[in-house]
Amino acid sequence: MKDWNGVIMVEVKDSQPDEIKIKNYDNLVNKQKPGPSVAKNVFWAFITGGCICLVGQIFLNLYSSGGLPLEEAAAASSATLVFISALLTGVGYYDRITKLGGAGGIVPITGFANAMVAPAMEYRTEGMVMGVGAKLFSIAGPVLIYGIITAWLAGLIYYLLI
Amino acid sequence: MIFLKSFVIGGLICIIGQLLMDLTNHKITPSHILVGFVSLGVILSASGLYQPLVDFAGAGATVPLTGFGHVLAQGTIEQVQINGLLGVFRGGVSAAAVGITAAVVFGYLTALAFKPKS
Amino acid sequence: MTASKKTGKQTIIFENPPVISAAASIVGPKEGAGPLGETFDKVITDEYYGEQTWEKAEKRLLEETMQMALDKSGMSTGEIDYMLAGDLLNQIISANYAAREMGIPYLGLYGACSTMYEGMILGSVLIDGGFAENVLVGTASHYSTAERQYRSPVEQGIQKPLTSQRTVTGAGVVLLSAQGAGPRITSATVGKVIDLGQGDPMNMGAIMAPAAADTIENHFLDTGRNADFYDVIITGDLGVYGKKLTNKLLKQKGLDITEKYTDCGILIYHPDQDPHAGGSGCACSAVVTCGHIIRRLNNKRINKVLGVGTGALLSPASVSQGETVPGIGHAVVIEKPWGE
Repeated sequence: MKDWNGVIMVEVKDSQPDEIKIKNYDNLVNKQKPGPSVAKNVFWAFITGGCICLVGQIFLNLYSSGGLPLEEAAAASSATLVFISALLTGVGYYDRITKLGGAGGIVPITGFANAMVAPAMEYRTEGMVMGVGAKLFSIAGPVLIYGIITAWLAGLIYYLLI
Repeated sequence: MIFLKSFVIGGLICIIGQLLMDLTNHKITPSHILVGFVSLGVILSASGLYQPLVDFAGAGATVPLTGFGHVLAQGTIEQVQINGLLGVFRGGVSAAAVGITAAVVFGYLTALAFKPKS
Repeated sequence: MTASKKTGKQTIIFENPPVISAAASIVGPKEGAGPLGETFDKVITDEYYGEQTWEKAEKRLLEETMQMALDKSGMSTGEIDYMLAGDLLNQIISANYAAREMGIPYLGLYGACSTMYEGMILGSVLIDGGFAENVLVGTASHYSTAERQYRSPVEQGIQKPLTSQRTVTGAGVVLLSAQGAGPRITSATVGKVIDLGQGDPMNMGAIMAPAAADTIENHFLDTGRNADFYDVIITGDLGVYGKKLTNKLLKQKGLDITEKYTDCGILIYHPDQDPHAGGSGCACSAVVTCGHIIRRLNNKRINKVLGVGTGALLSPASVSQGETVPGIGHAVVIEKPWGE
């Protein structure tokens, strides 16, 4: 058989079984693979995430100085950020923020809104129900499901403890 | 001062997400980050660890998705105190209603109004 | 028993090598702004290309490139015996729709990003076997349709690793003929599906490099040639890191092609266009071959090319279920002048 082992060729290593070939290749791949520039990514994640939270804080202060209690003001501020993020996604800018800012654009609530709008926009061509309707929740769905289930569990434990 | 605190804490929370992605070779995807941070927020908040962060950093703690988890957890716990077992089912979503409805409505309208660009 | 036109285990030697009597390419704006921009026949300015959806734009790219190749050769659809085409979308729908418009007897192909080379091999076999006089071979891909099917919606913010590649928007078509003037396809090596356990769709170069190296190695074994025989050895869409891996794998086998070797995915973009590791997609090898390579052959800048179309054989389901991704590479030898 003349397969990837190649009987004609010189190196003895070649007669190794598949698992070792796969492992050797994986080592080779990992060796020449460029690592992400972690320091740079972390820096931009910090700046981007920080700025988004700062904008959130500005709205929060605005709303609470308008007379809303703190919790309500926080909710209103988040809703405002969601609106801004949806708009930025619509005009095609949010993906650029995340490209630079990485997790800085993903972790804030704006990233959640982006993850809802982007698929919904894109699948609009597949109809209002199974396109926009279903895809709006393609990423928001799992987030809500796990959020609700964890909160339900936490509530249950709390109920049993008190 | 609160502005600086929210900037720094918000930024630091995002750094955790960035490290999770970069150090796992992107095996942890943005979707995993979103789901993970909400669940983490619920757990931290239910353990009483998140409220101090919110008090300290304001939007720096409420804007990241862990803050969304915090809202879910606090809403549930409040409702349990009032309604007992039924509150376990009512609390989370009712507290998070503003965020959820905003995301659905604004998301829906944007999806109708715009076309993706490449 | 070996078939009369076959040599070794995987290689075909054409008795009457088919002529590439026309080649056409259309690309998107980003590809048009790249280093090879001038070698393409047409650069579209809008990724929607005047259509409602990206999918329709992709179909229109393929159809118009087919028509362009026909116009260049002065032939009508009636003179074409077969159309061979494929693309990356589910059920190769772009090619099917393009074939509906062309009205030529059609065989749909799927070879992922190696489709152009798979088509050139099969088209040449049809012609040398006496089953056809003229065969139209083409493929298309589109950045946004591929992103949506294989990765995530384009407006969703994500950060890609440096090993990821950008799907080329464009279409490439060659018209293969039994008679005429032009570069000829003199031999071909059909690749095997090779899987060395890689599964990261954000590192396609690593997935395809073993397949490319295997096909090149077997081509040399079957034909008794080495890198010296060729002016250029070019792979389809391995990108910067896949190319390095291919070089290393071949060196492990005692073969050195470094001096002759380049990759379509590296050539098509400037590094400052931020394509990460390079271009990919069906159109990547297709437009570089139809534009750059065939132009250089016709201008007598080069005489003998070994092109290896490479493909990563994955589906969205196989990736999300955590399966490994195998690769494939098909080699085609294009020569001009031939037999002088």
